[in-house]
Amino acid sequence: MLNPDSVGSTFAGTDSITVSQSEVDAFCAVIGESDTTIAPPTFTIRITLTQFEEILTRPEIGLDWSRLVHGDQKFEIFSPVKPGDELTCNATIESYRVAAGNEIVTVRSDLYREKKLVVSAWSTLVVRA
Amino acid sequence: MIEVGADLPEKIFYLDRELLKRYADASGDQNPIHQNEEFAVSVGLPNVIAHGMLTMALVGKYVSDFAGGSAKVVEFGARFTKPVIVPAGQKVDLTVTATVAEISEGKISLTLSATSAGVKVLGMAKAVVLQ
Repeated sequence: MLNPDSVGSTFAGTDSITVSQSEVDAFCAVIGESDTTIAPPTFTIRITLTQFEEILTRPEIGLDWSRLVHGDQKFEIFSPVKPGDELTCNATIESYRVAAGNEIVTVRSDLYREKKLVVSAWSTLVVRA
Repeated sequence: MIEVGADLPEKIFYLDRELLKRYADASGDQNPIHQNEEFAVSVGLPNVIAHGMLTMALVGKYVSDFAGGSAKVVEFGARFTKPVIVPAGQKVDLTVTATVAEISEGKISLTLSATSAGVKVLGMAKAVVLQ
């Protein structure tokens, strides 16, 4: 079970992440996108999911990742992400509830380039009962 | 001229196990439910299922194509209502359509539909793109 005291907490990513051309190329290739100068709209899940998995599964937070499914996902893109961008990412546990034994957590990830917000992404995760 | 209520052309993407493996590598999401049938069945799934985010990435490609490039997509959201089931040795469809919901202040809102094998796999799927 998620520690309810963690709701509302924001966790800062420790290091900046450089978006490489090769990872944008690989993502574009899967979806058939020929323009590899811009990251596709959902590309940043590659960055945010890794970060919030690490945070949510910390012992003091306590989410059970093994029974997790993705409930919904939303992106607001203020500035397109491009290869070469150096980004930092904060994750905020926005909400948590238990319904019919399922735990439902919403995490907001905010990605910044030079302290300017470029993408906010909301991921709702469901830990099945 | 794009008008509110206009239906956009359908596009069909095809998914197979190889694409799921490539998406796992490209996204970093190596959850075995997307690659290992035995594991997927052991956790109560009917078979290997596609990453919800792969489905969304392909629908995102549809949106980018309509908009004239990835840079024009400013909002994109969806609920994962049913899994896309990907049996071994098969190519399964992801059929995408959209309707123009709103045009205002230089932005076009789309209501998106995505089905696989006739089953709706995304709910409340919407995107906003720059005109």
